[in-house]
Amino acid sequence: MFHPMSKKAFSLAMVATLSLGVLAGCGSAGTQKETQPGGGAAPANDQLSGTVTASGSTALQPLVQQAAKEFMEKHPNVQIQVSGGGSGTGLKNVAEGTSDIGNSDVKAGDEFKDKNLKEHIVAIAPFALIVNKDVNVDNLTKQQAADILTGKITNWKEVGGKDQKIVVVTRPDSSGSRKLVKQIVLDGKDITKDAVVQESSGAMVTAVSTTAGAIGYVDTAYVKDGVKALKFDGVEYSKENIKNGKYKLYGEERMYTKGEPKGAVKAFLDYILSDEFQNKRVEELKFLPASLLKQ
Amino acid sequence: MRWLFAGSAVLVSAVIFSIMLFVGIQGMQTFQGVSPLTFFFSTDWAPADGRFGAFPFLFSTFALTLLAIALSVPVAVSGAVFMAKIAPKWMREILRPATDLFVGIPSVVYGLIGLTVLVPYLAKLTGETGYGLLPAAVILAIMILPTILSISEDAIRSLPRSLEEASLALGATRWQTIWRVLLPAARPGILTGVILGMGRAIGETMAVFMVIGNAPQMPKSLLDSTTVLTTAIVKDMPNTFYGTTWNHALYLMALLLLLISMFLILVIRVVARRRELK
Repeated sequence: MFHPMSKKAFSLAMVATLSLGVLAGCGSAGTQKETQPGGGAAPANDQLSGTVTASGSTALQPLVQQAAKEFMEKHPNVQIQVSGGGSGTGLKNVAEGTSDIGNSDVKAGDEFKDKNLKEHIVAIAPFALIVNKDVNVDNLTKQQAADILTGKITNWKEVGGKDQKIVVVTRPDSSGSRKLVKQIVLDGKDITKDAVVQESSGAMVTAVSTTAGAIGYVDTAYVKDGVKALKFDGVEYSKENIKNGKYKLYGEERMYTKGEPKGAVKAFLDYILSDEFQNKRVEELKFLPASLLKQ
Repeated sequence: MRWLFAGSAVLVSAVIFSIMLFVGIQGMQTFQGVSPLTFFFSTDWAPADGRFGAFPFLFSTFALTLLAIALSVPVAVSGAVFMAKIAPKWMREILRPATDLFVGIPSVVYGLIGLTVLVPYLAKLTGETGYGLLPAAVILAIMILPTILSISEDAIRSLPRSLEEASLALGATRWQTIWRVLLPAARPGILTGVILGMGRAIGETMAVFMVIGNAPQMPKSLLDSTTVLTTAIVKDMPNTFYGTTWNHALYLMALLLLLISMFLILVIRVVARRRELK
């Protein structure tokens, strides 16, 4: 008699736990909804409260996360959640209202024209073409890079390297890095279908560093041992070369809001654009200040 | 009290059926934008230009699963025989928990090992890029090995002792007994293990994503970049808008995966029932 009873009690406990979980889930979702629109009516200075959600570009993510951490220390009543997913996801989320902020490496395309998106450029992110360190090529012209990425050139010897097959590594269509390379290097043409696809900047670097003859692209914060950053049109990546316009491969990192930002969202964006954050943190995180090109 | 349990059961079934209904409805709308003939038999996948030929994904999914099973089953069944009938007790007590541990390793870990060890090795060996069906199949074979092995071992161990004794009494050697008597008798159990392994292989996404290359094309060889249904969904889902043909097509692929795994579960049921009749 005892045994089946305890079993029953156990199942009951499980059901109770599960339903509690479900209820709790609903509850928190409900409260989030209430506080979400711009953190409610935010009164004076340190009375900011509410939840801010940001999603999108994995390239920009470390910067937003750092800013969120600092901002939350200053305003303990504000909760900021930062997630990745790629620039395409970020734009989609902000357009549909699932996120307050959409992070993107590229300008929102025509499909977002009637979505009332407001753009905030928060940093410059230098990109680089990277190759496996066994590739003995140091420089590619724009034309050569385009021919390689579109699959017209398939051997390194055609661009001055040794006789070795080229493996193009790329990111999925939702990647802002991919769109950026498409715009700047390929003039809108598409990357070859034969390319190996990796799902994040980190996986891209791993794949390029382990695949012989591989070429890929990442923002320079991800460049590390095992891969070599190429010169583009004979120019090496540096802050100076971007400022004087010689190095063309960079993206303007954008944070989109639906309409004018309000309350906590606005305060958060203001913080990211403040001199305090721009001058101190942005370069520490291997980005460049948004104002670089305007000076 | 009874109503609570009945209510939970109804709730769970309702959730499952509404998921199936949702995926089904979303998936079927694909055919408003593209004909079934094109979707299932064309090899041209360029959704940005409105061309939706999903045949390479279907083909590669089946090829990958069969290849993984072909690599995994001989090893798994031999291992099961060894553990159930040949290994001394102390060895079995180490091996069994060890194989079970494999199941708990997250699939991205398998993927990362594949990407950093297996792919470069294959590339060096063959002069190709190293990405493709072969590394994916090897990784899947390792991932599904413990499933097939432990179920097969249970099946062999649960056979009545009289079978083995009768065979040995008739003068059969140990090897003959295992090969001609025990394995055929345990076949339904082993088959269940294989089918469960197949289910896992078809649904696996992240590990495959990292090593298969993900080019949307028919593979010309085992070391040619290609895409399977799961990785096609992962790759494109963040890029599509709700309500577009592209988005519907991804739901249709999900529906196909759902149908395949439902079919596999059905097969397990049939196999298991046949065992009961025996």
